[in-house]
Amino acid sequence: MPQILMPALSPTMEEGKLAKWVVKVGDQVKSGDVLAEIETDKATMEVESVDEGTVTEILVEEGTEGVKVNAPIAVVLAEGESASEAAAPVAETAPEPAEAPVAAAEKAADTAPAAAVPAAPKFEPQADPDLPEGVEMVEMTVRQALNEAMAEELRRDKDVFIMGEEVAEYQGAYKITQGLLQEFGKERVIDTPITEHGFAGLAVGAAFAGLKPVVEFMTWNFAMQAIDQIINSAAKQLYMSGGQVKAPMVFRGPNGAAARVGAQHSQDYSAWYSHVPGLTVIAPYSAADAKGLLKAAIRSPNPVVFLENEVLYGSTGLVPQVDDFVLPIGKARIARKGADVTVVSFSMGMRYATQATEKLVAAGVDVELIDLRTLRPLDSDTVIESVKKTGRLVTVEEGWPQGGIGAELAARVMEEAFDYLDAPVTRVTGKDVPMPYAANLEKLALPNVDEVIAAVNAVTYRS
Amino acid sequence: MARKATATKAKTQPNVPQFTQEQELEAFREMLLIRRFEEKAGQMYGMGLIGGFCHLYIGQEAVVTGITMASEKGKDAQITGYRDHGHMLVMGLDPKGVMAELTGRQGGLSKGKGGSMHMFSNEHRFYGGNGIVGAQASLGTGLAFASKYTGDGSVSITYFGDGAANQGQVYESFNMAKLWNLPVVYIIENNKYAMGTSTERSSATTDFSMRGASFNIPGEQVDGMDVRMVYDAAQRAIEHARSGKGPYILEMLTYRYRGHSMSDPAKYRSKDEVTKYRQERDPIEQVRTRLIEGGSITEEELKKIETDIRAVVTEAADFATNDPEPDASELWTDITIKA
Repeated sequence: MPQILMPALSPTMEEGKLAKWVVKVGDQVKSGDVLAEIETDKATMEVESVDEGTVTEILVEEGTEGVKVNAPIAVVLAEGESASEAAAPVAETAPEPAEAPVAAAEKAADTAPAAAVPAAPKFEPQADPDLPEGVEMVEMTVRQALNEAMAEELRRDKDVFIMGEEVAEYQGAYKITQGLLQEFGKERVIDTPITEHGFAGLAVGAAFAGLKPVVEFMTWNFAMQAIDQIINSAAKQLYMSGGQVKAPMVFRGPNGAAARVGAQHSQDYSAWYSHVPGLTVIAPYSAADAKGLLKAAIRSPNPVVFLENEVLYGSTGLVPQVDDFVLPIGKARIARKGADVTVVSFSMGMRYATQATEKLVAAGVDVELIDLRTLRPLDSDTVIESVKKTGRLVTVEEGWPQGGIGAELAARVMEEAFDYLDAPVTRVTGKDVPMPYAANLEKLALPNVDEVIAAVNAVTYRS
Repeated sequence: MARKATATKAKTQPNVPQFTQEQELEAFREMLLIRRFEEKAGQMYGMGLIGGFCHLYIGQEAVVTGITMASEKGKDAQITGYRDHGHMLVMGLDPKGVMAELTGRQGGLSKGKGGSMHMFSNEHRFYGGNGIVGAQASLGTGLAFASKYTGDGSVSITYFGDGAANQGQVYESFNMAKLWNLPVVYIIENNKYAMGTSTERSSATTDFSMRGASFNIPGEQVDGMDVRMVYDAAQRAIEHARSGKGPYILEMLTYRYRGHSMSDPAKYRSKDEVTKYRQERDPIEQVRTRLIEGGSITEEELKKIETDIRAVVTEAADFATNDPEPDASELWTDITIKA
């Protein structure tokens, strides 16, 4: 390496000023010795010698402006190297600066057509498991279902532990972890200080080391303190490490509006987390789905965001009593088959959608109702197949409209089933405002059953 | 009267611990490998072979070398921020894989998908390579949590800089680490500047070894330019953590010779300051001088070591230059694991 080249200070730098030579011809230099100083409009840099040798030539005088990156600026010969070897590449016949292979390749790439983007792999969800004939169905609350799911997984795998605020002694701020401390002890059911950013990061680190943390956020509103660790550390880790380091863990807690708790405690993060590759995002509605999907989430080798809903904790549903009830992640559930219009929702939105469906069916509208259950990977196939049949789509969610789950579904349906649509896709969402406190305003801000009915009537041209 | 902090500031040993010749040579080799590797990386960056950000460790070599010498390789976990090349080399990760990651090639440690700030090794228990300043403090505390949970006897060695020391989650982590007595040693690499902001301009108190005082975490200030002092302090700190007494803080007083990253205005500190450190405190020259003055090693023998290290670095650079870029299909791999 006898030639010293004009270095780039950043990938965008093309030329700079050779401000000063610190060495002169004849000087002996060794690794790390400063040879010259260069300048651009935003930075200065000392050019250091990487090898030992003697400065035999200075090719660019100090004070020269506009020296191209990778142009030879000096020759340093190591013991035994010949001057002719060094001079060859800078001969008069080759006045253009020699380019490093990649810099040259990048320039070529700028003018060449971009490489084709390989097709994204398609996620193929599994169907729900068949239940044994005559299986006992037990009525329980969503709260009990979540509690059972965690207890069963704690029993099954000693690497699973629960941490969060008030999960142990207090028995859970919303009693989801009730009784777990008593059965599993304080080593595995861990009360944390109020320190979301810190304990989320701590749990991610524990997951890197092979544990399977279940992190409870008292509500997802507080998890905004921790969102850097959820996204930058957990979600991106597998990719950034070339597949080496996993983060098998669950972040869970109540999401969305509760009642009368104001703007900072009433936000739906479904769309936020569903945006992020590397995360799995689950938002169940029924008790059975809550149990089967939380068990699946705890067993998943990936970081899972599990969005519960405070209002739904007390609602009941039938849960099959089988030994190990695990549901597939990424599979929507068709809650009601129908032919006239497709209504898609998830979590709390399903309550509005279900009640609206009952009324619409009574009025003679054959609604197909789909519960997404998982938001990433999003089972759009089920939605698109349905829309191909009904020609109409209404989405229902509590979150804000812009960039929401409904917006995403509308885009996907337009891309893949445009010709099947008989009416514009219509969204029923939370209003585009921070959640107000006053009872009347809060009611107005949330979606409701009448809005779903109105939307269905509009797309079926019944209004 | 204000209550006195219960954490006492441990004193740096008045007597400089002595290294055996074997230790001196090990330290010399490791530090020189980092130095030569980083110089080559700087050169390759200048040639456009390395993109984006590139934060060199030149000047700080004694820190990671002394600490790693005091740790149990393959058992103790290490995690750091974005200035991570030196940590990986000393922990035994393949220099070819590190350099090829810097050039974004398929043979890079992260298949070219991570870059300078994102390299990892489960085998060597190196957990990055983290680009968000301060995030590694919580992650490293989690590595210590896992050690305590499984009882595997490992210690988490968690590095961050004087800049990160002002991040909130560092204190959230200190609190939990002491609350649960987790086996973690926090290494605060104080190189005096967070990018271009000196500690005096960023920090209400600049003795970072005392930052754990309100959590009752002992701390020491250590001459981070002398690998013997680093090693000695690290032994104490690691033993403290491994024996179940909880976290320990070592503030390493160190210095980076190069800019924060490759693009650096070099306006925030004087040339004299940099020159003074390089000429009077250089960690590698200190060892070289001791070895030569000790009389048992000749210049020729050290030259031989240098030649060998140069060959390793040249091999890494050649590999990183010629290895192909990752296949386009890698765009879609390693996003999630198929359950």
